Amino acid sequence: MVDFLTPSRRGVLKGGAAVGAGLAMPTIFSSQAWSAEYLNKPTGDTVTFGFNVPQTGAYADEGADELRAYQLAVKHLNGEGDGGMLNTMKPLVLSGNGVLGKKVSFVTGDTQTKSDAARASAKRMIEKDGALMITGGSSSGVAIAVQSLCQEAGVIFMAGLTHSNDTTGKDKRRNGFRHFFNAYMSGAALAPVLKSNYGADRKAYHLTADYTWGWTQEESIKNSTEALGWETVNAVRTPLGAGDFSQYITPVLNSGADVLILNHYGKDMVNSLTQAVQFGLRDKQVNGKDFAIVVPLYSRLMAQGAGENVKGIFGSTNWHWSLQDEGSKAFVKSFGAEYGFPPSQAAHTCYVQALLYADACERAGTFMPCGVVDALEDHEFDGMGNGPTLYRGADHQCFKKVLVVKGNENPSSQFDLLEVVQEVPAEQVTYDPAIFGGELGECNNGA
Amino acid sequence: MDAILLQILNGLDKGGAYALIALGLTLVFGTLGVVNFAHGALFMLGAFCAVSVNQFIGLEQVRLDPDNLTPWGTPVEIREPYIVSWLGDTGHLLLDYSVPVSILAAIPVMILIGFIMERGLIQFFYKRPHAEQILVTFGLAIVLQEIIKTWFGANPLPQSPPDAMRTAADIGVLVGFDPGQIVYPYWRLIYFLFSALVIGGVFAFLQLTTFGMVVRAGMADRETVGLLGIDIEKRFTLVFGLAAVVAGLAGVMYTPILPPDYHMGMDFLVLSFVVVVVGGMGSLPGAVAAGFLLGILQSFASMTEVKSILPGIDQIIIYLVAVVILLVRPRGLMGRKGVMEG
Repeated sequence: MVDFLTPSRRGVLKGGAAVGAGLAMPTIFSSQAWSAEYLNKPTGDTVTFGFNVPQTGAYADEGADELRAYQLAVKHLNGEGDGGMLNTMKPLVLSGNGVLGKKVSFVTGDTQTKSDAARASAKRMIEKDGALMITGGSSSGVAIAVQSLCQEAGVIFMAGLTHSNDTTGKDKRRNGFRHFFNAYMSGAALAPVLKSNYGADRKAYHLTADYTWGWTQEESIKNSTEALGWETVNAVRTPLGAGDFSQYITPVLNSGADVLILNHYGKDMVNSLTQAVQFGLRDKQVNGKDFAIVVPLYSRLMAQGAGENVKGIFGSTNWHWSLQDEGSKAFVKSFGAEYGFPPSQAAHTCYVQALLYADACERAGTFMPCGVVDALEDHEFDGMGNGPTLYRGADHQCFKKVLVVKGNENPSSQFDLLEVVQEVPAEQVTYDPAIFGGELGECNNGA
Repeated sequence: MDAILLQILNGLDKGGAYALIALGLTLVFGTLGVVNFAHGALFMLGAFCAVSVNQFIGLEQVRLDPDNLTPWGTPVEIREPYIVSWLGDTGHLLLDYSVPVSILAAIPVMILIGFIMERGLIQFFYKRPHAEQILVTFGLAIVLQEIIKTWFGANPLPQSPPDAMRTAADIGVLVGFDPGQIVYPYWRLIYFLFSALVIGGVFAFLQLTTFGMVVRAGMADRETVGLLGIDIEKRFTLVFGLAAVVAGLAGVMYTPILPPDYHMGMDFLVLSFVVVVVGGMGSLPGAVAAGFLLGILQSFASMTEVKSILPGIDQIIIYLVAVVILLVRPRGLMGRKGVMEG
């Protein structure tokens, strides 16, 4: 029989352990993880989105435009303004009174276009500000790092401008979604246009930004152009933010190449293209052909920075403000009225991502990440600027039309810098999700 | 052979910028004994003088065209620079040549900035340890770049060279190469010639004028010059202004090569300090020689043939050379005995 009045040493230890465990229980179960069904479940009358964009650094232009688009999206979601793409989006369950009856509020972070800074700002928004969804970014390195953080934390990540195959390829995550197109799609869309303009017998020289996006773009463009019959003479990696590219451009001059492919974006692309033109590459004749420069990923903001140097240069883009479908017109009208100039492709993809997330929550009837994931996977929609679009469940990549563009030879305004050469249908840029490997894994509610 | 010549040319224009910044750094260190970490900011401020002049000359009048509407329903804006409507072709010419024109504005502005910087802050740190000088001038550099960021934004602001100098010169034919084999942008050639001219001008000023003679004497033995009744402090303040002008002009002329942003001073500062150390602290010829030497080495290290043997060498070559030179010759290439020793 156990004598409770004269405890043994063993009994004291056992009891102590039991009491300790008992005391610890409330701490464990009162943690955020167990106080709700999912992390950062909104309890008041607002829901918080986290806009993580580059406000400084090489991609600050895109970041500023992304933030403008997000602010516009929040206005429209909350029933202010003219509603923008909420008037054209199909199907649509949002009614302009917030999401699931809660007004949308937001917090912002500066990714600085650095993975560690981006993760730190996303972490701060999740842990301190209670953000339920993180979105934004203008660099694939950043997108992959933040996507992984959101997966671990248990919130949804709606990627902004990220073009690397890896984002929805080998580094894809169940909690992450990308509306923007990728490097593979650029290659698939661009190659036939390059062939019809420059022929099948060309020698290409690549200058490539030395990080995940540059590598995958180089690989995709090489695959697409070599399939046309082009030869790759050389592919040289350049440090991100190199500034002066002269030492990388001069070897191109006498390399025998007759095409220079610039796998650069943002400030790097502005600098490398400007300097390539200064070195006379655009006026050069090699192998009896006019030398050509190709910028596989274009944006109007970059074209603005590079000025006249973009004239006649081919590239691809996710979206352009001059498109005449109803969704694009509605967005351009809204954005232009608010800010006085047309939106960039970065602004477009971010605006669309914010609306798609809100719509998915409304359709799912919950903000719970796994419910939102179910609502977004294999969701088909239209009226958002790229024609009928599929959010493929197998890799969380959107499949839609891709634009091949060319630097406008005769711009009619300061914004009319790119001319849409072709709208390449989704079927031409669709691929087997297995080719890039990776596993989506399980969705995470953060609880 | 052509590839080697092209990389030498690359090294010369890059080395020109390094040499100009390092020259000013060395002047300030040699005369005032100050390790000025705000010197890169002077290069950046010079570049933004060019931006400001361009924006000023290019001020536009905006007319609204009620017959043409933007997609968002407002009248299309028709913009024309005032200077073009006032001066016609001369206005176009001024706009086209805004970078060279900026030199005229940059000289007084940089003298003023240098004077304010030296009299307002740096003079109080002459007799303080180098570590304190570095801290205070580094802080000043950050303040200056944040001011520029607030005013001009974080993004680079491309500046164009004049139309006539936008393309490349076929310089290979001048030395017997086939046409088109060695072409090099006009503006970069101009930058190299400009830096050589400024460097020559500074040396001539120091060697051929009484003022320069006093400054050189002061650099060698400040106390003795003071004992002769010469107000060496006043002359050194002017030297600080001169160093600011040299850095500023280097910045102005570099804008068509590298679109200026608020951080460009910091990007060049570290490299320029390495140049000064390699050249020898306090040695003006050393700073110039090391500037061009390191510029050329950096260009060669970027060659595919070199990178295929030593991947990533282009990123570290300057620091590697600095380590080797300091190990073999701790005073730097042309450093004087006793400077920064002990």
